[in-house]
Amino acid sequence: MWKWFHQLASPPYFYRIVPAFSAWLMVPGLALIAYGTYAGLFLAPVDYQQGDAFRIIYVHVPSAYLSMLSYMILAVAGGIGLIWRIKLAHAVAASAAPLGASFTFLALVTGSIWGRPMWGTWWEWADPRMMSELILLFFYFGYMALRSAIDDTAKADKASAVLALVGVINVIIVHYSVTWWSSLHQGQTIMAKGGPAMDPGMLYPLLAMIFGFNLLFGSLLLRRTRTEVLFRERRTRWVREMILSPEGQS
Amino acid sequence: MSGQEHNMPGMLAGLVAVARRDLLLAWKRPGDVVNPLFFFAMVCTLFPLAVGPSAEQLTFSGPGVLWVAALLSVLISLHSLFLSDYDDGSLEQFLVSPQPLPLLGLGKTIAHWLTSGLPLVLVSPIVAITYRMPGSVVLVLMLTLTLGTISLSLLGAIGAALTVGLHRGTALLSLLILPLSMPVLIIGANTVSLAAGNETYSAGVWALAAYAVGALSLAPYATAAALRISNE
Repeated sequence: MWKWFHQLASPPYFYRIVPAFSAWLMVPGLALIAYGTYAGLFLAPVDYQQGDAFRIIYVHVPSAYLSMLSYMILAVAGGIGLIWRIKLAHAVAASAAPLGASFTFLALVTGSIWGRPMWGTWWEWADPRMMSELILLFFYFGYMALRSAIDDTAKADKASAVLALVGVINVIIVHYSVTWWSSLHQGQTIMAKGGPAMDPGMLYPLLAMIFGFNLLFGSLLLRRTRTEVLFRERRTRWVREMILSPEGQS
Repeated sequence: MSGQEHNMPGMLAGLVAVARRDLLLAWKRPGDVVNPLFFFAMVCTLFPLAVGPSAEQLTFSGPGVLWVAALLSVLISLHSLFLSDYDDGSLEQFLVSPQPLPLLGLGKTIAHWLTSGLPLVLVSPIVAITYRMPGSVVLVLMLTLTLGTISLSLLGAIGAALTVGLHRGTALLSLLILPLSMPVLIIGANTVSLAAGNETYSAGVWALAAYAVGALSLAPYATAAALRISNE
């Protein structure tokens, strides 16, 4: 098992096996998303309170979930790269950042669209989850800005890993402080805490979407990392040999 | 440490020496200390001009405005924290010195707080009185600003260490530090608001103190790691 992990961390091996892995994640992921989209839009019963507007949940919740998971991956990968000096881990962190930022943005946009009919406003400053997501988006921007500001890749990897680790502690503090702050401000949130349990007809498409988004995210992350690895190793012999070999032309 | 020579100075000697040197430099160039204070006063002047000078408006927005202005003022002073040491090579001497790097960085951070945070705390009552803040609230403001600026200096040192030597450092530093500093701002400004509304505010003060202690114990290591990376 350990041997396989070490093998996996070697760029040429990783580069070779990713297409198969990625496809194994992509196909069920897309199937789940297709089922979830259809079931969520047509099969799930209409919400007694929110009408059809609640159906945006099928994009919103998986995106919000991935926005946080992606940050955890980014920080853990950065830490692994910093401590064990595994170059592949840094490539994973570099690839996770734009994906995470995209899903954070998607979560914010869908939340905002959802908020319009539900709360009567596009943006509710007093909602702690919206604020946490927004600050998370700023974190991603800062992280990517730091990465792009440093020309030397190895240095950019380490500096951004330090930032991600500092940030991961802070993201938690931000979440609690924003929750405390919004409790002062009496948000107009309609959604009650611990609201009614979800109807199974609504829940199963949501679970399908969450798993589907996860698989798709894993697949995209692997593909992005593969490209990142190729770019980083562009001056090495195995890349040159692979490109010059007949199989590498595809 | 056991492998030390007998005439090796103690661990705090480096911290004290670095802090003393930075304070001396600040003393010789008072502009570096005074400019952020003017900036603070000016930002606080902009708000009444923009939102109107009515008394209710000022008492309502005062705590928030003063805190935002303080945050921005600390932020602009952070950029130069490690810059001159980076330019003249002192930073490399820090790295190779037998003194622990986190403590050397902490020495610089303490000097930074003494020349940016502390003057800010001392100036804040003057601005607060113009915002019609009662005396008891001013004391809470000073207390929260003291604890908050300690955290901001410590957090900011991480950002300054990460961006030292980068060309687009200033804007990048703000982008890195502002999200990190939001909890301090949220708790600090709202604690003063609670005090102004005659509500219990002690929880906020304790939270700020906890944040400052947490930052004091963790941030120097992150700063040291960032300094090593920036000097590769």
